[in-house]
Amino acid sequence: MTEALLEVTDLKKHYPVRAGVLRRQVGTVHAVDGVSFALGTGETLGLVGESGCGKSTVARSVLRLVEPTSGQIRLDGEDITHLSKTALRPHRRSMQIVFQDPFASLNPRMTAGDIVGEPIAVHGLASGKALEARVAQLFEQVGLRPDQMRNFPHQFSGGQRQRICIARALALGPRLIVCDEPVSALDVSIQAQVINLLIDLQRQHGFSYLFIAHDLAVVAHISHRVAVMYLGRIVEIADKDELFRNPRHPYTQALLASVPVANPLAKKLAPLIDGDVPSPVNPPSGCAFHTRCRFAMERCKTERPALLDAGDGHQVACLLNEGTGRGR
Amino acid sequence: MADTSDLVLDVRNLKTVFFTNSGLFKAVDDLSFNVRRGETLAIVGESGCGKSVTALSLMRLVPDPPGRIVGGSVTLEGTELLSLDEAQMRAVRGNRISMIFQEPMTSLNPVMRIGDQIVEAVRLHRSITAKEAHDIAIEMLRLVRIPEPARRAREYPHQLSGGMRQRAMIAMALACRPALLIADEPTTALDVTIQAQILALILDLQKELGTGLVLITHDLGVVAQTAQRVIVMYAGRKVEEASVEALFASPMHPYTRGLMASIPAVPASGVPAQARLNEIPGTVPSLVGLPRGCAFAPRCKLAIKRCEAEYPPLADWGGGHLAACWRAEDVAEVA
Ligand SMILES: Nc1ncnc2c1ncn2[C@@H]1O[C@H](COP(=O)(O)OP(=O)(O)OP(=O)(O)O)[C@@H](O)[C@H]1O
Ligand SMILES: Nc1ncnc2c1ncn2[C@@H]1O[C@H](COP(=O)(O)OP(=O)(O)OP(=O)(O)O)[C@@H](O)[C@H]1O
Ligand code: SF4
Ligand SMILES: [Mg+2]
Ligand SMILES: [Mg+2]
Repeated sequence: MTEALLEVTDLKKHYPVRAGVLRRQVGTVHAVDGVSFALGTGETLGLVGESGCGKSTVARSVLRLVEPTSGQIRLDGEDITHLSKTALRPHRRSMQIVFQDPFASLNPRMTAGDIVGEPIAVHGLASGKALEARVAQLFEQVGLRPDQMRNFPHQFSGGQRQRICIARALALGPRLIVCDEPVSALDVSIQAQVINLLIDLQRQHGFSYLFIAHDLAVVAHISHRVAVMYLGRIVEIADKDELFRNPRHPYTQALLASVPVANPLAKKLAPLIDGDVPSPVNPPSGCAFHTRCRFAMERCKTERPALLDAGDGHQVACLLNEGTGRGR
Repeated sequence: MADTSDLVLDVRNLKTVFFTNSGLFKAVDDLSFNVRRGETLAIVGESGCGKSVTALSLMRLVPDPPGRIVGGSVTLEGTELLSLDEAQMRAVRGNRISMIFQEPMTSLNPVMRIGDQIVEAVRLHRSITAKEAHDIAIEMLRLVRIPEPARRAREYPHQLSGGMRQRAMIAMALACRPALLIADEPTTALDVTIQAQILALILDLQKELGTGLVLITHDLGVVAQTAQRVIVMYAGRKVEEASVEALFASPMHPYTRGLMASIPAVPASGVPAQARLNEIPGTVPSLVGLPRGCAFAPRCKLAIKRCEAEYPPLADWGGGHLAACWRAEDVAEVA
């Protein structure tokens, strides 16, 4: 990649598990366990994987909302991993986040206009009439009417609330927007409106998205590239089309096969893996997927597969076929 | 008239209303449908369209107040449920008609062992010994593919994973071999790989036991992969009903059509990166003070004057494909 906006290298976030009255540490949650990826300008990288695999932790670490245990985060080439609050402040403007629950993330006692205008006022970028005009413009950009600025969050529908959150994220002219399940709480017909809005805004402003969702179809739709996580690690990353047409990691293959296709003539649901995801407290050794993998070999139990190039810009972490995963 | 001998459930003109601070509204309005032995009927529609209230009405579990069933009939294996008294209904509930939920803890008791809960459910309806009931419980846990069922039976719900709890709830719901199982978003909270396991399990058991299944979901993918017949609800009403093949091949209601066009597909082969999705403009209406005419009219591209004035009748457009739309015949022409 020539001009990476965001570069994450070997990111780890571990949480201690404590128990007993003395709160002694009895284990470690390997929430994120060595994640590396790069995100280009104007690009959307989708991050998928099952509940608890570490997607939100990656998102929050990138924004420095949680402090990584180790690893490096570079924004525009500058290492921001250890910047102090003040040193980080100019970068805060470039990175914004949109969360899943549009209701929980809005202050119920503030008007929609104040919510959207707050970051602008806090950064002292505009006030008075200029601020109001800027907020009105943001409202229009996300498909809300400027006269709705005086309304409170409860007067908006779920989809409209998510538009407010997006307008707020846009307020400071960010270059990176992290979307953590931005449409998961919305009805299907409203979901499409918000996805279209995100796509349109990206075309207009050229910013990058790190887009998290558990709905593979939504991710497939909006992303240019997709990374699949399992138990704190990226097991596969590739261009969207390549990943969905030629998945090479047995976990990705199982994940895709589990998605119910909205076509009654297409082949019926065939679960390819049994059992549940193991706990991220003391995850399995070697390849973390070996306990559920149909193709696991003896060495998978001990050797941790690295994320290796499998051709066509496709990277996979699987020991099969000299580290290039399984073809289908 | 089709053969009705294997009809398990027959719902006619069901109407359930709520009396709330903001006014009275019909959560379920004039709803009719039926389910045969071994058949899966899916009910789809967006949040608040009345899917769960339909399910609760069939179970006679609508909270009263604020809700009440005010009309229609619900016949289960020939028995009219709406005229049973509460004691008679208790003998039917969990026995001939069972329900599973999105959140298994709604039906599992957190302080009781899994096995004991199934034993209790079975002995409520059958006069058998504790030993016999215990054997049934273990057998049910085996049937839902819980490994080491005898050991798991002695565990409490919190000791099981989400997927395992869902299985335990299914075991309990099916322990009395009900004629009808209602599954209200049974896999919505689960990860997709676990969802695939649970759906496959429900369908296998249904085949094995001949249970009629009402599957409530908002996921059209789940519908396509599980159901034989589908009803689409919008604002408390059935707006379309068809075989699953007919519904996906040629949806006749503009809402159904819009819904299908608005879901992204996986894999997106051939689709250029980031194509725009079709949107249904506007939002789902509030049930209080619904317009007189078609509830979808304000969001519908095809709406004409008549749509706002008169509610369209549910008409049969051939082969049991029902749709309530003044312009059903024109839907296919408009993309
Ligand atoms: N503050 C914390 N303390 C301890 N453990 C944590 C903390 N935050 C997250 N975890 C654990 O880290 C793991 C990864 O969590 P994370 O929220 O990143 O997952 P996720 O992929 O976003 O899941 P979901 O799809 O459910 O949102 C989980 O096992 C979670 O329980
Ligand atoms: N106990 C209640 N009191 C008042 N209104 C209720 C109650 N239960 C349901 N409703 C209302 O009845 C309508 C239908 O609700 P229902 O729960 O059946 O929707 P649903 O289709 O199951 O939606 P979802 O997909 O969100 O589960 C909604 O407007 C809801 O707010
Ligand atoms: S490395 Fe081994 S266990 Fe892991 S996915 Fe590949 S084959 Fe399966
Ligand atoms: Mg998360
Ligand atoms: Mg519901």
